Amino acid sequence: MSQKDMVSLNYRVNAEDFAKAGDASSNTKKVLKKLGIPSDITRRAAVVTYEAEMNIIIHSNGGEIIVNIDTTKIQIIARDYGPGIPDIDKAMQKGYSTASDHVREMGFGAGMGLPNMKRCSDEFEIESKKGEGTTVTSIIHIPD
Amino acid sequence: MYLYEIRDILDAEVITGKSRMDREVDFAFGADLMSDVLAFVNERTVLLTGLTNPQVIRTAEMMDLAAIIYVRGKRPDAASLELAEENGMTIMCTPYTLYTTSGILYNAGLKGIDELGVIK
Repeated sequence: MSQKDMVSLNYRVNAEDFAKAGDASSNTKKVLKKLGIPSDITRRAAVVTYEAEMNIIIHSNGGEIIVNIDTTKIQIIARDYGPGIPDIDKAMQKGYSTASDHVREMGFGAGMGLPNMKRCSDEFEIESKKGEGTTVTSIIHIPD
Repeated sequence: MYLYEIRDILDAEVITGKSRMDREVDFAFGADLMSDVLAFVNERTVLLTGLTNPQVIRTAEMMDLAAIIYVRGKRPDAASLELAEENGMTIMCTPYTLYTTSGILYNAGLKGIDELGVIK
């Protein structure tokens, strides 16, 4: 990737679309690999994207994932159209989850998603408004 | 430990990735909770699980895991199989339970991961 290059990916993620769960993350990971991003950085970005994708599918009314990659960082923005997180502090607690039994049977809903995303990020921000939606922004730095 | 050694001591059937049995792994991790796999695991690891849906394959793909071993004689569903073949994921099935599978591998020298996450 040359200095000026910037790659931007955009995926629509539909609510409860479990059949396609992981498609956006899988594609993102393949692009990062192709760009020659180090594998540990790629893996962290893949975890953030995958958890974000599952969150949108499980908890939201649908949304999108935008991934911006330049020579210094990967920025992952996950945005949904509601319903919003009533208590962000609670949602950030390991083990806290509002997921249904159906979701738990698939191996998710352990209350590790947001903490996982935060741990894999160098910068992490979450904004949520009840009734409007949630935006999670993660930045992962790419070392020289 | 090499995947072919794991195959032999677990009496496992190799479903996909027969040509990748010479890959080496350092750890095994047993879980049906994919969020925990995403939290604690690194790439030179085999995943032991009884969960058979496509999210298992996706999780393994995200984490660059070496192989998935289904325990208790479970087999991946059709969607999983398709995804695994698409992504070059190695899958084995063992008739042993999760506890017995873990014991056999541990006894043979394959350790578990450290208590804390290794991603960062």
